[in-house]
Amino acid sequence: MSAPDLLLRRPPAARDAPALPAVDRLGALLALVGAVALILLPFVVFKANRILPGDPRHLAQVLPAGEALGCAGVLAAIAAVALLVASAPIRLAAALAGIVVIAAALAAAANTLTPPHNMIVRVAPGAGFWLLLATLGLLATDAITRLRPGPGVRVLLLALFLGVTWLTLAHGTFDKVSVMREYAVNASAFKVAARQHVLLSLGSLGAAFLVALPLGIFCHRAPRLRPGILSALNLIQTIPSIALFGILMAPLGALAAHVRFAAALGIRGIGAAPAVVALFLYSLLPLVANTVAGLRRVSPATVEAAQGMGMTRWQTLTGVELVLALPVILTGVRIVLVQNIGLVAIAALIGGGGFGTFIFEGIGQTAIDLVLLGAIPTLVLAFSAGVLLDALVEILDKAPS
Amino acid sequence: MIVIESLTKRYGSATVVDAVSMTIERNSITVIVGTSGSGKSTLLRMINRLIEPTSGRVIIDGRDTESEPAHLLRRRIGYVIQGHGLFPHRTVAENVATVPRLLGWEPDRIRVRVDELLRTLQLDPAMYADKYPYQLSGGQQQRVGVARALAAEPAVLLMDEPFGALDPIIREKAQDDLLEIQRKFGTTMVVVTHDIDEAFRLGDRVAVMSEGRLLQYDRPEVLVMHPADPLVARMTGSAERAMRLLSLTTAGEALADTSANTATSNNSAGAAEMAADGPIIRASASLREALSELLWRGSESGTVVDDDDKPCGRLTVAAILARGRPR
Repeated sequence: MSAPDLLLRRPPAARDAPALPAVDRLGALLALVGAVALILLPFVVFKANRILPGDPRHLAQVLPAGEALGCAGVLAAIAAVALLVASAPIRLAAALAGIVVIAAALAAAANTLTPPHNMIVRVAPGAGFWLLLATLGLLATDAITRLRPGPGVRVLLLALFLGVTWLTLAHGTFDKVSVMREYAVNASAFKVAARQHVLLSLGSLGAAFLVALPLGIFCHRAPRLRPGILSALNLIQTIPSIALFGILMAPLGALAAHVRFAAALGIRGIGAAPAVVALFLYSLLPLVANTVAGLRRVSPATVEAAQGMGMTRWQTLTGVELVLALPVILTGVRIVLVQNIGLVAIAALIGGGGFGTFIFEGIGQTAIDLVLLGAIPTLVLAFSAGVLLDALVEILDKAPS
Repeated sequence: MIVIESLTKRYGSATVVDAVSMTIERNSITVIVGTSGSGKSTLLRMINRLIEPTSGRVIIDGRDTESEPAHLLRRRIGYVIQGHGLFPHRTVAENVATVPRLLGWEPDRIRVRVDELLRTLQLDPAMYADKYPYQLSGGQQQRVGVARALAAEPAVLLMDEPFGALDPIIREKAQDDLLEIQRKFGTTMVVVTHDIDEAFRLGDRVAVMSEGRLLQYDRPEVLVMHPADPLVARMTGSAERAMRLLSLTTAGEALADTSANTATSNNSAGAAEMAADGPIIRASASLREALSELLWRGSESGTVVDDDDKPCGRLTVAAILARGRPR
């Protein structure tokens, strides 16, 4: 059947009917979930104090009717955009506007519900708020993905997000919200925890990198030993983190008890030492495996040419092989950094410090706000590290091999 | 001059190169030809010590290659490999500048040399110097590979299947360019190939290898007329050896020979009169090409013209045929 023939056979009605706008499938799902979150789930939880279970409140119950209606109206408009508008910039703008609106509503609810000078009642974000935030966040990330921004733009967006968040927090917009109440009480501990968290994540990564890079190069050069080394590192990876922290307590404690020098260095059965050692061990496999994969990616002809030109082994390694393997090695660094930021939170269990301290204290006290004070910064830290290193990998990997 | 003395390479019990001795003349192209596994690449790589020989010596211009560290030796020897092996993270100019940089040349001197080489290899520096290898075609990449190997003005150039990755049309052009470069720089070239046609096209001398041994090493026409080994005879192709012989001589050379023998052909009036019919044959074309052209046109003879399109004589089918048999 020829093409013109096909055209003729199309029913004429199809051509004349007004084109129905195509419904975005992801948008439909998000709009549905958002509607459920707004209508059925509590927007905030009002608690008489930080430990008591709360009293769920819907948006209409916490804001003046006009504001609540306006808020719902804006959200409905965003749902319409998600459903019907294909343009990614408009979808992104809508999602960001939605996040601003629900954040403002949360701040307003906290301010309205908290009696003046009362430091005991807590207004916590409810399931409805979190679900709306997640929905809008997904809409925003989807729009950003469709826009395909370059690595520089992505880093800029991240900086913008962090900057705006920091400004609103510093301005005190959310001071009456439960998590910020916990922050106000723990401000100095928070700063210490933040420093510990970053230092533990980066320190263990740095130490592991110093060992893993030569080990990876060795594995690449000695293919016979490669499976053995990699399976040993794999084995470490299978030990659950809590178990590994526990396993390390005994030998490190014994070391500190018997070797004065070790104790002087700050090595103890609990605390930062076992945390660093465990994170170091977990970091090895991704780093070594990616170093090997990166070096294997380098074409043998390129290496032979380098040597044929008269480069020394060292010049070939540093000037050609490692440079070409760098994007893959950095992907390993990204995996390890994000993984470590998460694992440091667990290391608080053995006294490693970091944001995990708040999480475990919060669990102990059944104070969910305190748990969030530990969990949210951990999440933001891991997310930021991921975005930054992804951008770096992409910048370095621009020349296809 | 490269003197190879009973060079041997063994891996365990397998002998890959078996006591090969040969002398490679200065300013010539020597082609090592053989099937895969014949040891030809190993032999080549032992010259710049990418592979260390088990025994034997290589002497380049009177100097034993073992007398200096391998990486210093290699900086004096150009090296081109199949699939070019360009550095994907470096620009064309940076690739070409590799060895001069290793040798610590002044940046200005490097820039001048890179521009000169790119121009020689018909790559406009303004257009190509800052491109990355992946932005070039296969033929251009190959030329950059040659430019890189020639950058530090090496007296010796080693090439391992340099045209293996090119399609036939580009390959022929690349072979012509290589001959041109050899004439221009006078570089001593050693080329490894599995393609006997390529060997005959390029080689002043051809070495045939099989199972690690050097079967015969001589001028191409000797290989055709007096093969020292049944395998050499098979490789040079007994069925087409006459044509192969014709492919070794150009029309210009044949004409020069003829006019030296017979004084009568210098009659310019006669030549002009005869030029009225028959095809035009370029002096640089091989007799094989000339014969093919004459057969195709059904002519008994054609006019040979030089590079300036000036007629310089007549070539007849009979004269060509006379050269297709051993004399």
